[in-house]
Amino acid sequence: METLTVLVVDDEPGIRSGIKRILEGHRVSFPFMDEDYQFECREVASGEEALTMLEVVTPEIILLDNKLPGMDGMEVLEIIKQRNLDVVVAMITSYASMEIAAKATNDGARDFIPKPFTPAELKSSIDLITKQYFLKKITSNMKEEGKKIRYQFLSVLSHELKSPLNALEGYLQMMKERELGEDMSAYKTVLDRSLQRVDGMRSLIMDLLDFTKIRMEKKEEKVEQVDLRERAELAIATINPMVIQRNIKVSCFGDEVFYDADPSDLDIMFNNLLSNAVKYNHDGGEVKVQVYKKEQAVVIQVKDTGIGMSEEEVSRLFKEFVRIKNSRTRGIPGSGLGLSIVSKIAQLYGGHIQVSSIPDQGSEFRVILPLT
Amino acid sequence: MRKKTILLADDDPDVIFQVKHHLELWGYEVVAVESRVEAERYLESGCPDLAILDLMMEEEDSGFILSYRIKKCRPDVPVIISTAVAAERGISFDINSPGSRSWIKADHYLEKGFRMEQLRLLIQKYLD
Repeated sequence: METLTVLVVDDEPGIRSGIKRILEGHRVSFPFMDEDYQFECREVASGEEALTMLEVVTPEIILLDNKLPGMDGMEVLEIIKQRNLDVVVAMITSYASMEIAAKATNDGARDFIPKPFTPAELKSSIDLITKQYFLKKITSNMKEEGKKIRYQFLSVLSHELKSPLNALEGYLQMMKERELGEDMSAYKTVLDRSLQRVDGMRSLIMDLLDFTKIRMEKKEEKVEQVDLRERAELAIATINPMVIQRNIKVSCFGDEVFYDADPSDLDIMFNNLLSNAVKYNHDGGEVKVQVYKKEQAVVIQVKDTGIGMSEEEVSRLFKEFVRIKNSRTRGIPGSGLGLSIVSKIAQLYGGHIQVSSIPDQGSEFRVILPLT
Repeated sequence: MRKKTILLADDDPDVIFQVKHHLELWGYEVVAVESRVEAERYLESGCPDLAILDLMMEEEDSGFILSYRIKKCRPDVPVIISTAVAAERGISFDINSPGSRSWIKADHYLEKGFRMEQLRLLIQKYLD
């Protein structure tokens, strides 16, 4: 069994001892490996102490709090990058803004663990980090890690477009070579599948346009007071054809709530949340949309009676291009960008997204946007 | 003569449709499954003469897991892993280095987008 050293940098003793307790009993095993990984934790309460320790010990993993007394997590991360230390860093943070996320990713952070986290969430992050560590160790060509992260989005994107093209090319080839005979009716499935893949590519491109739009545009110029209830009703009307087809009951509750935002951001958010709630529902199911004010925030809540997800599936949900693949989601089209877009828009307004889900019973998504 | 059986595991129904069509055309018996779980269910009672496994199915490493399990009980069954992992994750695996060989239990990597003729030659190499 290989032991990985984890350096926990956090000024809260409770968090440090919690992480230590959770990780020291935790094992990570890959079903294709003979050996498991276990963890040994070291802890420090400040960035300065962390850097002193890093002069003598190089851990495999660092869990780095962003808010620290004195030097903050981002500064520590920068120094780790300058020192070119061979270590996987994950940021622990309560205030994950888009800017912090972008900067930390550029400086080599591999993961974000938002506070507060449950033992299951921490374990799931550590599993992922360990897998990255393992892959890094066994692949010799990953030295230019920073560049790789930057290009990862593009390479994932090209793959997502290449897959349907491969399928289309294969089908066209089958038709060209008359592989199913001369009778056109034999090609019905081939043609139907080709049209579906073209449709999938179109949705991906539309999602990408949303994605680049929210990344590129300056928000201040387009902000106005938006009636959230009205935007929700508009999104419900947009999704109506699919709702009728699947006999799903969609209802909207809540008071009149106004929020300062670019209305198109909210439309993208509602459309994505609602289309997921309908797509991943059972025929004859239900979707409830609710907007309300809670303390100093507005909450957009979309609840469905659909196929739901396991805890592990939920933890992977907001990563770009991640689609939960199982027997229940097979055949449901999607680009894997929708929730990542919703999450990014929420972050843009200083908010965040929460999800709770029970397999076979349904999911509830809540977008919480702070009132400024 | 008994037809040779090929296990084809891929979560893309279009890959299944096209590859299965060609494998059958070339005279093989095909067991086509769309997930690791289904492949494992088949392996409980059956054993293919060759396996073509997609790397990323339910998990990012489903193909490695399946390959490991096939080789553990039947080391003689050739395993081809078809993958787009280099394009998807920016990671490339060098199956020829001793380090990788020690844990990747596959005989060949095939980058997705392969030509059917390429696949045919590869299968013939292992089965004829």
